[in-house]
Amino acid sequence: MSEGVAATEPGPAPSAPVPEPTALDPDRPEPVIRTRRLTKRYGDLTAVSKLDLAVYPGEIFGLLGQNGAGKTTTILMLLGLSEPTSGEASVVGLDPAWEPREVKRRVGYLPDAVGFYGGLTGRENLRYTARLNGLRRDEAESAIDEVLEQVGLTDRANDPVEQYSRGMRQRLGIADALVKSPDVLILDEPTTSIDPLGVIEILDLLRKLVNDRGLAIMLSSHLLSQVQSVCDRIGIFAAGRLIGVGTVDELARQFGDGTAVIEVGLELPTQADVDRAAAALGAIPAVDSVEAAGLGNGTWRVHVRPASAEARVRQDILVAAVDHGLRLTALRPVVPSLDEIYRLAVERPIVKRGGVKRRGTGRPVGEKRPE
Amino acid sequence: MSATTVPVATEETAKPRRELRVPHGGWRVIAAKELGDDLLSVRFIVLLIVLGLAALVPLYAAADQIRAHATQASGTPAIFLALFILSSPDYSFLQVASFVSIVAPLLGLAFAFDAINGERSEGTLPRLLAQPIYRDDVINGKFAAGLAVIGIVLVAIIGIIAGFGIFRLGIVPAPEEILRLVSWILVTFVYVGLWLAFGLLLSVLFRRAATSALIGFGVWFLFTTFGPFILDAIGKALSPLTGSTTNELIGQAQTQQLISRLLPGQLYSEVTSVLLNPTNNPQATLPGSLGQAQQAQQQIPTLLAFDQSVLLVWPQVVVLVAMTVACFALAYVAFMRQEVRA
Repeated sequence: MSEGVAATEPGPAPSAPVPEPTALDPDRPEPVIRTRRLTKRYGDLTAVSKLDLAVYPGEIFGLLGQNGAGKTTTILMLLGLSEPTSGEASVVGLDPAWEPREVKRRVGYLPDAVGFYGGLTGRENLRYTARLNGLRRDEAESAIDEVLEQVGLTDRANDPVEQYSRGMRQRLGIADALVKSPDVLILDEPTTSIDPLGVIEILDLLRKLVNDRGLAIMLSSHLLSQVQSVCDRIGIFAAGRLIGVGTVDELARQFGDGTAVIEVGLELPTQADVDRAAAALGAIPAVDSVEAAGLGNGTWRVHVRPASAEARVRQDILVAAVDHGLRLTALRPVVPSLDEIYRLAVERPIVKRGGVKRRGTGRPVGEKRPE
Repeated sequence: MSATTVPVATEETAKPRRELRVPHGGWRVIAAKELGDDLLSVRFIVLLIVLGLAALVPLYAAADQIRAHATQASGTPAIFLALFILSSPDYSFLQVASFVSIVAPLLGLAFAFDAINGERSEGTLPRLLAQPIYRDDVINGKFAAGLAVIGIVLVAIIGIIAGFGIFRLGIVPAPEEILRLVSWILVTFVYVGLWLAFGLLLSVLFRRAATSALIGFGVWFLFTTFGPFILDAIGKALSPLTGSTTNELIGQAQTQQLISRLLPGQLYSEVTSVLLNPTNNPQATLPGSLGQAQQAQQQIPTLLAFDQSVLLVWPQVVVLVAMTVACFALAYVAFMRQEVRA
């Protein structure tokens, strides 16, 4: 398998490729969020259907799906703000339907389109949250100072929130979720309607929080590139169902068209070199097709089928370059784009969903895919 | 479910957890914050100024009457309470008691019509409910804060009027008059609480603050202007005074009165008239002027003792309390059953 592809993921990514651990897996920490066949129906509409999910300490888990796919409903059930129709959930070892206050004491939540009391200052808003969480006055003030520092709002803390920009409100929202020193952070669309620079700031902040505090973050988004850039694992939601879980690579393997792409940077001064390169790359076994770049410095794209042969093909390219005297400038596997995976996953016919559903029995995803 | 998976229940024991206090009494935190917001809010200051100014007019009229009849009035009992129930001879509605009965509902509505839907439209409700509190803490805290603000406003206005009477007119209340005044304030408090609970109910039911404000003030306007007439007409239609014997007539009249008492305002004004006028009974109307008051006293020379007056209006008070509780209970249930997301 293409182990080297996972280079984009900093932080403690889960080591096992199996998204659903079993009792036989003793090294794995207990999940902080775990759902079993969690279902929510509104009348005839099934908002969330038989959801099995696990989120572990120290990871960022992304819930990916279109609007109305059931992400927010799932989050509300995890917080005990909405009662599941059937199935059960466990958050920090507690059932949110039965002990919502204990769960909410340990879980920081940033709602979709978070709002604050505009007339109060940022600090006063946080103080209210701290008081509601039962923090003593001195505890509250030090916690507020700390989280304001973390989200970079210390300078503006004493301005009324109505003077804040969208991005500042969102950061204040994260500070608000953090002020209770939670074990888990649940963020609903944390980057919606924020300018690109603000998004980068927020995503950096989240990564820093996971690294510094070791908490687990679950975030929902429909912005694929952001999810891909920050999340360790991703769950793809469509019409209330979780149709795939795993790292980007696992998902690519599960839903991809069976090919992998390697980018090859080549320095080719003459047309003869170009022809030689095309012939050499095309001759490598398991290479499906080659997108040539032409004269001079260029990036060639080599499509590999099956995707599992990608690591070997990369080596073969290196060997071929040496053999044929091609000057390499770069050689790297292309991380599959989540956009592509998502499109494929959502468009996937029902038969395949049946395959996904069987994961509920504890069997790993990878097993179902012939290599 | 697979047999290999760990049962959820055992995870709690498997993982050592930080000791965290899950706070109690979240409603107190909410009430304190709401009270602070209310007291600093523009609407509180505006209401206080408007109500203060509006209270001055009937007060002036009443003081005028008392001064004009000062010589004859020297022997009039409960002269201090006359400050609240006397009106100018030209405008009978210019009377502190009736003024309070008109503005009291406004006071209740003003502090509740956007209690819940305001949080919703600002997007603060999900954040608030994600804190470790019970859901009813939100509505309880808001109701408590509203009651506190109303109490402050009522006591302030009535205190100012009483102070005015003591200093400018030199009339000092007797202990029993103070008792009557305090119990009247309490009943007024309950009456405003009813409108507060009604406003709260509207703020739960309607997603937009403007809608609930409009409906609240519409109901208030209907009740204070046309309500008595409408119920009067209904009463006369349902139970016309056609009886031939006195007993039949009394029974029909009582049915009419029962229907008119469906309006909380009617109940409140009955309580007011009895509590503030020791010579009165629930069937009589408030005396329009000092002359009438003296006439009434001449007809019934003995005053009702305070406990007797309270006994007379006890049923009305109980119904007012029950209406308030029912209104709040409706708001409570509606809020508890609502989905968090808009």
